[in-house]
Amino acid sequence: MMSRTFKTALAVLGATLLAATASAQDTIKIGVTQPLTGAFAASGTYVMQGAKIAEEQINKAGGVLGKKIQLIVEDNKSNPTEAVSTAEKLIVREKVPVMLGAWSSTLTLAVMPKLEEYKVPMLVETSSSGKITTSGNPYVFRISPTSEMEARAFTPLVKSLGIKKADFLATNNDFGLGASKEFSEMLKRENVQIGTMEVMDPKATDFSAQLAKIKASGSDTLFVTTAVEQITLILKQAKDQQVTARIITTGGSNSPDQLIQQAGDAANGSSHLVFFTPWFPEAVKNPDIARTFVALWNEKKHHVGGLTEGFRGWDGIYTIVEGIKAAGKAEPEAIQKALWGVKVKGINGDIAFIKQGPAGRESAQNVPSVYLVKIDSGKVIRQ
Amino acid sequence: MRGKIPNMDQLLQHILNALILGGTYALLGIGLTLIFGIMRVVNFAHGELYAFGAYMMYLWVMVLGANFYLALPLAVLLGVMLGAAMELVLLRRLRGADIDTTMLVMIGAWITLQNVEQMTWSGVAKSINTPFPSSPLVLGSVSLSWNRLFVFVVALALIGATYAVINRTKLGKAMRATFQDRDTAALMGVDINWIHTATFALGSGLAAAAGALLGPVFVVVPTMGDLASLKAFAIVILGGLGSIPGATIGGFILAFMEELGAGYVSSGYRDAMGFLLIIVILLVKPTGLFAQKERIG
Repeated sequence: MMSRTFKTALAVLGATLLAATASAQDTIKIGVTQPLTGAFAASGTYVMQGAKIAEEQINKAGGVLGKKIQLIVEDNKSNPTEAVSTAEKLIVREKVPVMLGAWSSTLTLAVMPKLEEYKVPMLVETSSSGKITTSGNPYVFRISPTSEMEARAFTPLVKSLGIKKADFLATNNDFGLGASKEFSEMLKRENVQIGTMEVMDPKATDFSAQLAKIKASGSDTLFVTTAVEQITLILKQAKDQQVTARIITTGGSNSPDQLIQQAGDAANGSSHLVFFTPWFPEAVKNPDIARTFVALWNEKKHHVGGLTEGFRGWDGIYTIVEGIKAAGKAEPEAIQKALWGVKVKGINGDIAFIKQGPAGRESAQNVPSVYLVKIDSGKVIRQ
Repeated sequence: MRGKIPNMDQLLQHILNALILGGTYALLGIGLTLIFGIMRVVNFAHGELYAFGAYMMYLWVMVLGANFYLALPLAVLLGVMLGAAMELVLLRRLRGADIDTTMLVMIGAWITLQNVEQMTWSGVAKSINTPFPSSPLVLGSVSLSWNRLFVFVVALALIGATYAVINRTKLGKAMRATFQDRDTAALMGVDINWIHTATFALGSGLAAAAGALLGPVFVVVPTMGDLASLKAFAIVILGGLGSIPGATIGGFILAFMEELGAGYVSSGYRDAMGFLLIIVILLVKPTGLFAQKERIG
């Protein structure tokens, strides 16, 4: 009796193992580490949903190198320590040859040493801190703009918007502090006076003290860098405290649709730097791809406010798959080499990489498009 | 930073903000201190009851379309019921267990509740509509939203009601007796089981009330309880473990420290200010500001 049970168990185990190897040969795995729970759960989920749509489309069109792609999604819980373990798990256990991740700058920076250790490339879809591509990690391929690129794209608008004095309110992490630094330096070069530079805890919900100080500084513009949840609260609380400065948010994780829904008329008059304009797909470089994506997103009944975040997942997966195709095999080092040469028509625009960081150890950086939109009477308009 | 005399309007606005914030901090602190004082339970799930209150408010107002003023007591009532259920299912079995075991169970409850919230409501922030005018109340050079004024008034009323229950009712007397000496209270005929359930339900109800009140002011997200827990613990330690006046005053002190610290020192250290104060107070008075000797023994 005993031995039969044992044999059955062995057979089951063996079958599972065989099945595992079989499926590994049938598909090409792509690791995805995103914050699906914790503080950035909403945004990370949108990116993952965008990536899944890309996976479906690519597989419908026959996959890559004659195989289907398979996303292995891990939740990094908005926590840098967890982000490191998800990367380790994806590389060591799942043996993925390439990854997409890890949403916030702090999460991405935490994962980066693991990429070097295991020599696996990662496509960075959201993070904007300059450090990511300047610290000399040749396994980083970033498609999102750095804060410095955003600030540069904003330069011509300083005059047309008539900015004379600006304040800053940023979330206290690599993302927020980096953006405040780059934008304030750019404004100083444009002879704009800098008022007060405030920060807030990434989890904080009450900004009354910061806003009272900002109100007293008497600037005409307030630059805000954080994710959509805090932006919602800042818009509402700025209205309560009668802060009259024009609010401009940077970083592209500002979901104007969600702001209109949740901040109501407090959102009116605010401007937002975004990297995709689903409200007017004709404004982007590849309008057909943008329209296809919006249609598929709506078909899945995903949250409309997630489009400006979800497109990153799509662009990321398409770029990775292009890299695999160019490499001719699903191996980390071949993909890392091949990604340098890819040209992808993405939702944000045409994706291609330039070198950044110390010579010999350069990271790859895309030069994305940046758009400024404004919320006016509950609608998103071009600015 | 200009080296002139501090801007008067800014100072007034800071003081007003701190008063309003202090009311809700006190509400959070009282619930937690009550539970610790009477039950000796370090309630890590306190912030989750705060989040639960906010989600219940969202459920009633935004999903079921109930009246805002009716939804508020309903959300609090559900918080009381969840608290009572947690006491009956989890804590009653752990009565004799040491404080660390209970702490671990409460950490488990915290994680479970937070993940259930995310499963049920997703990570996307929810906002709750209010019947208050969207333009703020302007008093000379300072202003505040009607919603926050309402929160402040209700918070003060709830704090007053809690004092009345503890000091003026038979239940309160039994609670205080249990607080001082559980065994003697039991010998005097106090039903300790019932007191524990009532205490946990009351503390939970206060946390849920804070969440239901603040949900519409802020946005509702599954992780909102983490910060609330952190603040509540700071307030309770500041005021002295188990002391209700301590938690009330501690709430206001923390709010003033944060607001003025962020306004005049550095907003980057806004949350550090409160903890800096705690270190200083604990160095001078290790039991916290208001804990009386016989209450901690």
